[in-house]
Amino acid sequence: MSLRPEFRTYHFAGHDEHVLCFGTASNRQLLIVPPLFDEMNRCRRMLVQAMRELAGRDVGCMLLDLPGCNESHAALEVQSLSTWRAVVADAGEQLGATHIVSLRGGTLIDAGTGLPLWRLAPVKGASLLKTMIRTRIAGDKEAGRSTSETELLAAAQSGPIELAGNRLGPAMVAELASTEPQDTAQLVVRALGQDISGSPLWLRAEPQDDAAMSAAVAADLDQWSASCGG
Amino acid sequence: MPFVPDSVETTIRELLVDVLGVAPATVAAMTDDTPLFGALPELDSMAVAGLLTEMEDRLEIMIDDDDIDGDLFESFGSLVAFAKAKIKE
Repeated sequence: MSLRPEFRTYHFAGHDEHVLCFGTASNRQLLIVPPLFDEMNRCRRMLVQAMRELAGRDVGCMLLDLPGCNESHAALEVQSLSTWRAVVADAGEQLGATHIVSLRGGTLIDAGTGLPLWRLAPVKGASLLKTMIRTRIAGDKEAGRSTSETELLAAAQSGPIELAGNRLGPAMVAELASTEPQDTAQLVVRALGQDISGSPLWLRAEPQDDAAMSAAVAADLDQWSASCGG
Repeated sequence: MPFVPDSVETTIRELLVDVLGVAPATVAAMTDDTPLFGALPELDSMAVAGLLTEMEDRLEIMIDDDDIDGDLFESFGSLVAFAKAKIKE
């Protein structure tokens, strides 16, 4: 087994999207659906450390780039949660996933695969949207402009709006406002602080890591994935 | 489960640790007069966005952004008082 990262791709809507993989020869292949938007960046190091730990336990894992995010060449403004839900299901098949792992906003798009599903700290789309709207308003205020939530949401009905560095189209804004994690069969939900000890890195203004949390996530995922699916 | 007032302060302390990454000992030592905005480097206007949303989720309140002015984050005491007032609404 190798602890070196490997890079694979999946194909969706005319683009090859990047997937960071460890332990590609292992029987278990966990597909990790990242948090959304800025929370993905804040959690990436913790997740990749957990992936290395998993590979050390002979559990393969794959971290998706969603279209429009990270290294993707696709435009973000044409994406929606429905599209990303289809992406997760499609990529899971293309990459041979045996289990699905998601956290935070990833739990809004993880329910279409039929595979065993592990969630950490699920969040409502409306909370993610609200934080991004507040960030936009605060940024505008510092630049001397006054913007209201009502104005932004009205503008988002007819075209893309820029929220906290993300250019989001009407479908994405509408779906974020109305989507909560869906219950599925074979679902386990872990709460931070109760089931997994660690810090809510996704909330932090500055990206940080948490080696103990990565180890706790990996140990729990190893035990869970050995008990179901595959 | 509705929040009783004296758990509000505890929740706000947890929020400052969780959202801002401030050391737990620093937060535990805060009193009503401890200044926040301008005194805590972690608390900038972007961090405020995340703090407000987490306050809504954890305290089960709705915060109208029109209610927010500079005084809200002036001190630990002003933030706790704001949260308690929102819970009563």
